[in-house]
Amino acid sequence: MRTRLHKWFLLLGAAAFFALPLTSRAQLTTEDIASRDNMESHVAGYTGHVQDAAYDYRRYCVGCHGDMGDANGEVAQWLLPPMWPKPRNFQLGVFKCRSTPTGTLPTDDDLFNAITRGFDRSAMPIWNQFTKYQRANLVAYVKHFSPRFVTEKPGTPISIPPEPEVTPERIKAGREVFARVQCWKCHGVQGMANGPSASTLQDDLGFPIAAFNFTDGTRPKCGDTDEDIYRIFMTGLDGTPMPSFADNIKPDEAWDLVFYLRTFMQQPSKAKEIAKTLNLKPVSANP
Amino acid sequence: MKRQRNFVALVSTIVLLCCGALLLNQKVSAAGEGKITGNVKFEGAPPHMRGIDMSKDPWCVKANADHPQHLENVVVATNGGLENVVLYIDGWSGDATVEKTVPVFDQKNCMYTPHILGLDVNQTFKVTTSDQTAHNIHPLPNPMINVGWNQSQPPGAPPIEKSWKNPEVIPVQCNIHPWMHGYFVVVKGPVAVTDDSGNYTIENVPPGTYTVKAWHEPDTTQTAKVTVSAGGSATANFSFNK
Ligand code: HEC
Ligand code: HEC
Repeated sequence: MRTRLHKWFLLLGAAAFFALPLTSRAQLTTEDIASRDNMESHVAGYTGHVQDAAYDYRRYCVGCHGDMGDANGEVAQWLLPPMWPKPRNFQLGVFKCRSTPTGTLPTDDDLFNAITRGFDRSAMPIWNQFTKYQRANLVAYVKHFSPRFVTEKPGTPISIPPEPEVTPERIKAGREVFARVQCWKCHGVQGMANGPSASTLQDDLGFPIAAFNFTDGTRPKCGDTDEDIYRIFMTGLDGTPMPSFADNIKPDEAWDLVFYLRTFMQQPSKAKEIAKTLNLKPVSANP
Repeated sequence: MKRQRNFVALVSTIVLLCCGALLLNQKVSAAGEGKITGNVKFEGAPPHMRGIDMSKDPWCVKANADHPQHLENVVVATNGGLENVVLYIDGWSGDATVEKTVPVFDQKNCMYTPHILGLDVNQTFKVTTSDQTAHNIHPLPNPMINVGWNQSQPPGAPPIEKSWKNPEVIPVQCNIHPWMHGYFVVVKGPVAVTDDSGNYTIENVPPGTYTVKAWHEPDTTQTAKVTVSAGGSATANFSFNK
């Protein structure tokens, strides 16, 4: 009896503890949120409306993201980082997957793509079974939780030059960029998420978070095309330790870096084929 | 001959610039701005500040080999002065500060210099790095108040220019070096931070009666009433015990 009570206390305590940082920042009232009921999205050639997503949101999203969009759905307390990242708190208006610079709002397309894609290595499902109209409406619904979408415009998407031909020289140049800007501090010299700073990483809400392991066959959360990977390190994943490198990597170098990152990944690619002939050593962790 | 002419040109430029500065200055004193100065003391025995283990990054260890770094939560001078206290005016309603400098927040020897930057709302500041190791500069405002960002600054990175829209105490951290921790303290109006003897001066304060606020991390605030006369200097001293 004693031990059972004990267990309950521990469980309750843990739930309260994990819920605290999230609740302490969720301050909006139902009225405040309702005042943005006229929020729209413009995506996939369609105008999305908040009301039209109300049913889908309540049916499919509330369990994790909460009816106030504050990530306090009943499932959320059981998601324990870093294995299971917490759901996004939509009230904060901070998003990981953006085509826009760090510190700016994502475009409607970015949110649409994130919802379609789902988040690998998390509880966030893939929603590509929904029609594009349903997803466009959900984008409007997600936006209406945050006052930022009224007071600010989305950032201007970064421009990405056309992808050049991958060559041995470019892969080697990408290895130099990886060494120079020191991605390895978090991701490790072989991209295995075991860099010297990896063990202490926390997200903005204070939860532990793992760096991306390029070698384990999982996919980047924000898309796995070459362009997606380019975008990820040039915009950063806001709300996480993953910074933007836009000021420190030139567009041409960024493509070199994408090719080098490909050599770590299990997914077949031309860069990976070429790398087999290059016998590249991991960069030095003591430059 | 040519050199002489250059010299004359230089001297007259300097004279002109000085006149300009004098004129501008006059405008300032015409408004009768005064200042608030004082000293902040720490009461009692200063708490022990743990040394920082930088072994995650050998470059940081080497950079601090001669002067090991300690935590900076409470920095007390030998004379009892308390460093890093932010002083500002409660409920400031005046114009924006007359002359706005662009303060610099530098990443140096794997520490933030200064530890705390006091800023007026919308005041531009610069983030620079002096280090040969990569940092990421990651301020953590409450997203309901200010908009955060996270940028890498590898060795040789260009400065980043930013500002904050709303008053807030904003912690800033480096995820690569988790001991690096500082604050942007954003207030409305003129602001000062105590130096390594606990002294401060708030400049550009028009005549009037004010409530001065003194803030020390993580969240202690004290207040004092002062009256500034035209072109005069008022004093407000404080003392903290944590
Ligand atoms: C089982 C739990 C769960 C459900 C159900 C769920 N989500 Fe999520 N969602 C998450 C988690 C967890 C994350 C954060 C993933 C991460 O950060 O790695 C997330 C993140 C997001 C993001 C953030 C995108 C970004 O770039 O930051 C959006 C938008 C989103 N979800 C929309 C939705 C919508 C719309 C629905 C309903 C159709 C939904 N989610 C249903 C768990 C869920
Ligand atoms: C301060 C530590 C840190 C540094 C430095 C860093 N990253 Fe990351 N990176 C992370 C973390 C943490 C994540 C995981 C974010 C998440 O899961 O939400 C990540 C994720 C990623 C992802 C996957 C994103 C996704 O959508 O899942 C890629 C790709 C990536 N980083 C590339 C890079 C590259 C390239 C560099 C250097 C130019 C770099 N990172 C530097 C911490 C870092």
